[in-house]
Amino acid sequence: MTGADMAWVNTALTAARPQAMGALLRYFRDLDTAEEAFQEASLRALKAWPRNGPPRDPAAWLIFVGRNAALDGVRRLARQQALPEEDVLVGEGGDGDAEATLADRLDDADYRDDILRLLFICCPPDLPATQQIAVALRIVSGLSVAEIARAFLVGESAMEQRITRAKARITRSGVAFETPGAPERAQRLGAVAAMLYLLFNEGYSAGGDTVERRAPLAHEAIRLARLLLRLFPSEPEIMGLLALMLLQQSRAAARFDANGNAVLLEDQDRGRWNGPMIAEGLALIDKAMRHGRPTPYLVQAAISALHARASTAAATDWTQIDLLYATLEHIQPSPVVTLNRSVATAKVRGPAAALAMIEPLADRLSGYFHFFGAKGAYLSQLGRAAEAKAAFDRAIALAHTPAEAAHIRQHLDRLQRDAPQRDAPSPT
Amino acid sequence: MLYAILCYHREDVVGSWTKEEDDAVMAKLAVVHEKLAREGRLGPVARLLPTTAATTLRKDSDPPLVIDGPFAETKEQLLGFYLVEGETLEQMLDTARELGRANPGGSYEIRPVGLYHPAAAPGA
Repeated sequence: MTGADMAWVNTALTAARPQAMGALLRYFRDLDTAEEAFQEASLRALKAWPRNGPPRDPAAWLIFVGRNAALDGVRRLARQQALPEEDVLVGEGGDGDAEATLADRLDDADYRDDILRLLFICCPPDLPATQQIAVALRIVSGLSVAEIARAFLVGESAMEQRITRAKARITRSGVAFETPGAPERAQRLGAVAAMLYLLFNEGYSAGGDTVERRAPLAHEAIRLARLLLRLFPSEPEIMGLLALMLLQQSRAAARFDANGNAVLLEDQDRGRWNGPMIAEGLALIDKAMRHGRPTPYLVQAAISALHARASTAAATDWTQIDLLYATLEHIQPSPVVTLNRSVATAKVRGPAAALAMIEPLADRLSGYFHFFGAKGAYLSQLGRAAEAKAAFDRAIALAHTPAEAAHIRQHLDRLQRDAPQRDAPSPT
Repeated sequence: MLYAILCYHREDVVGSWTKEEDDAVMAKLAVVHEKLAREGRLGPVARLLPTTAATTLRKDSDPPLVIDGPFAETKEQLLGFYLVEGETLEQMLDTARELGRANPGGSYEIRPVGLYHPAAAPGA
């Protein structure tokens, strides 16, 4: 098999995996058996597809071959007659009657609930977020344990254990196989959306030398969200989620300088923002708005869109952003939302108003890096250098990444540079 | 005669390409594009955003119905189209085959264009 063959077969397997795995899980009602069946079908695809060409419906092929391979294994154990090999089934050319009939037999309507179920079982509420993501990358995306371990910056055996434990938890908590009703479906979509956004942030929030290893996680979250929206085309929550991820990801190329240091939104080279991603995000917001239900993802996407629409940082519509954050505070109140709103408030009504807005959050955000970063910035703008320095020092102590700490040090440097001038009476 | 080449492909597969794979296909297609442009046969070319960004207006009811998503629920999605000058269908098939060698998989629909408006957008 040539490298080119390998590449297209692997792409086809990745694309077909959620659908095939979802159907195999429904068929076997057991995650391990479904995974083994898919694995066996993939191995056979690697042999058969380069020879016969891609099947008309790769997912249907994988489901049929995987199902037979697993049953075949059971029969062999029972010393019974084996089923025919997939070559007999598919025939030369890979487009034979057997496969066409098979594709017709598989009910398209089942697929969307199969795929949703497959994503949903990865996010039981009692499973920690990082484990939800890890197990989804393994089961739904088909990443190897080594690849996932690399992305999460942990050893392979530690990740193997983590995934094994997560899968055991999933098996224990049971999987609902009946077709979900509308409320269950909505609940599943909500849980899956939250998990996909966590997955996205694992990739998006990476900084410094981890960018290359983790950025694919953000792309995978976008791919899976597009898949979900194709299956559920009228779900404004998924439209908002996908729009939010696309608009954030559109800035990826401008977010870090050549040394890997974070570049603030207002300092980014907007020419390096990804135009098509912004256009797609804006189109999705327009679609979601028609449904008249402002979900948290949609409001956040709308905020991101106001940044994307501004040709320069100075042209940003901070008044509108402040209003959107007020909406977000209303539908999803949280100290972090208020903290984010304070950035817009500082632009519209000045640092004193912003500081007053976040001071009541001090207890709840006492361990939050961004709280002290923002507090330091407002204090610094108000000329309260000593208090600003204390806040920045605290932020550095709480920084998760070297890039975060480096960013705060820039603030500290500026503070020291400006300090002698501050000694003189300020004309304002 | 003026022909449209409509590009069909599995969106889940194209959406699973890495950026490098995507760039490689676009680079190979650009070679064909340049040749057609030199021959003075190439009209506007578009690559469309994913179908998830589409909205459909159904005009079979009054008032028309707005529906989320693309027009047809099929295995393959319309991912782009070409407007290419050609004398005969054979020539258009040759052109489509040439494009297909650069980007295998999926299909192209070739359909004569009945009405054509030159691109009027600024910069087009």
